[in-house]
Amino acid sequence: MTTPPAPSSRERILSRVRTALAEAPDTPSAPRGYLTTHTPDDPATVLDLLHENLADYRAHVHRAMERELPALIGGLLEDHGAVSVAVPPGLPAAWLSGTPVEQRHTPLTPYELDATDAVVTGCALAIAETGTIVLDGGPGQGPRSLTLVPDLHICVVRAADQIVASVPQAMPLLDPTRPLTWISGPSATSDIELDRVEGVHGPRTLHVVLLTTR
Amino acid sequence: MSGTFIGMPAFPKAAHEAVRNVTLRANLRHATHTIRDKRAVAVAELDDWAELREAGKQIKDHTLHRLDHYLVQLEESVTAAGGTVHWAADAAEANRIVADLVKATGETEVVKVKSMATQEIGLNEALEAEGISAYETDLAELIVQLGEDRPSHILVPAIHRNRGEIRDIFRSEMGKWGRSAPEGLTDSPAELAEAARLHLREKFLRAKVGISGANFMVAETGTLVVVESEGNGRMCLTLPETLISVVGIEKVVPSWRDLEVFLQTLPRSSTAERMNPYTSMWTGTSDDDGPSAFHLVLLDNGRTDALADEVGRQALRCIRCSACLNVCPVYERAGGHAYGSVYPGPIGAILTPQLRGTESEIDASLPYASSLCGACYDVCPVAIDIPEVLVHLRERVADQGGRGHRLEKAAIKAAGWVLDNPGVLAVGERAAARTRRLHPRKLPGPGASRWTDSRDLPQMPAEPFRDWWKKNRT
Repeated sequence: MTTPPAPSSRERILSRVRTALAEAPDTPSAPRGYLTTHTPDDPATVLDLLHENLADYRAHVHRAMERELPALIGGLLEDHGAVSVAVPPGLPAAWLSGTPVEQRHTPLTPYELDATDAVVTGCALAIAETGTIVLDGGPGQGPRSLTLVPDLHICVVRAADQIVASVPQAMPLLDPTRPLTWISGPSATSDIELDRVEGVHGPRTLHVVLLTTR
Repeated sequence: MSGTFIGMPAFPKAAHEAVRNVTLRANLRHATHTIRDKRAVAVAELDDWAELREAGKQIKDHTLHRLDHYLVQLEESVTAAGGTVHWAADAAEANRIVADLVKATGETEVVKVKSMATQEIGLNEALEAEGISAYETDLAELIVQLGEDRPSHILVPAIHRNRGEIRDIFRSEMGKWGRSAPEGLTDSPAELAEAARLHLREKFLRAKVGISGANFMVAETGTLVVVESEGNGRMCLTLPETLISVVGIEKVVPSWRDLEVFLQTLPRSSTAERMNPYTSMWTGTSDDDGPSAFHLVLLDNGRTDALADEVGRQALRCIRCSACLNVCPVYERAGGHAYGSVYPGPIGAILTPQLRGTESEIDASLPYASSLCGACYDVCPVAIDIPEVLVHLRERVADQGGRGHRLEKAAIKAAGWVLDNPGVLAVGERAAARTRRLHPRKLPGPGASRWTDSRDLPQMPAEPFRDWWKKNRT
């Protein structure tokens, strides 16, 4: 007679779950009585709210039109003394046409990124109520490490079609199969006596440019 | 972390020592009051907080009631996205899986994202025994690790340390683990954060293996979510070639859309922010972005025991925001270490005895580590009725018996007989009133004196109420 093989941990855990729930009543799917947005449906209001909330968490916020962008980005890189900038694939070449700094293209190793001063990216969308920009690795954004290791991040948000009011409005627009990074202000810690200190491991400085059409 | 919670004294003894530590109490009071006030403001910004709380509660309950279904679905999604799923019934199995995975990479050091699950199973110690160094990279966890200390708060593990203590730890210990603290390091939080940045950066850049937990796992898509502030999480999740995530089975949610609830309630409840600075979401592996190998270790370790308890299973709804710690009058005075578990405070008082059972002295004492004031229930973003579970667990502990409970039962039985016999009660009351000047201020005996050492006995009235009523009202 052979002894049956011991059940795998997978089977043991699932069987324990089923036993635990044997008497449990079925519960329906959750009610969703919460609001889809907390903000009036007006583009100017949503844009102002994003501006305000980004600034509240210590991002530097600028507004510019397309033609002003190269000079603005060039000026920011210069102000921070950047001599090199990481460039994600698909970034409009014009955005960096106003700066002489060395452009470094992916792939970059962690050490190469560490030796790069800044990064300029676009984003997938921005959420006004929370002051959040979301990157999904799409054109002009690059891999997640790009916006993490260099100390200065300049992110351009197209006001016309990339801003939503709320988290519930953002979810259906995002593709979960892509690696996603949500950024709300620069890196911060509250671990020392709950004093908020900006800049621990990510970029210590975050500039967000709200790209407007007029 | 060299400290261990095993063999901790029961809560009353540990708390007794903690409340006499003046620095600890000042650190805790400052921290908990700061965060609870900020949280109230952040929550008040959302008119639909009550609806979000109800949705969060229902999503978690629905998931727990079909946990087998969602775990299997999650496994399929993660596997389809290029990840590998492992199942660990207990801490020892989880540690062995992780150690084997690390060894297979040929590496002897790993960088870690702050994770309650890996603390719960003692992963760092288990890896150390296998010759693997695990570096904590969250600032507070780093402070705890360098100080050979234990975490005392879910969200802010070094909440019990002030800036001066942190500076001293950095100065004396950083050099033993890697880059030393800069010369002339002061106690300014900015300088301390900078020292941590420099110390950890060299570890991030060379790391080949990262270990994390997760705040949420989405069954529908196989997406894992890590919510953090500093960016150390992003470093560990994206720079290494191999990522191993150890996650409790209760962290699964059914759908992508469910995240819209928790991403609104978790940051506001935990750090009192509209949104935490960084959230990372990944689904299996991606070409040219992040680790090329991803392993998910699904951890039971007592969770199915909690699931089997009709009243207690609601503790598994917990999203580890720590709001209940910050409002708890008992936590504020006793501190996190007194709970003898990686899960301190009100949630720890109900979660730990369910995960570990109530056999040990410390675990049996935890359901009593509360005044039942209910503040923890009020702030819980997934509406866990912590007082209800505490009382339920007290019942379980009382049913186990023990000397104190036998005495209590005998006393209640005697009291029941007296109350059932009005004549006896009246005689007793008169006798007590007449001898009131002779009554002691404190009760004798080891058990009773412990009660009256810190409390006054009620004063006996000059005459029983029923005698007074007869004289004055009839």
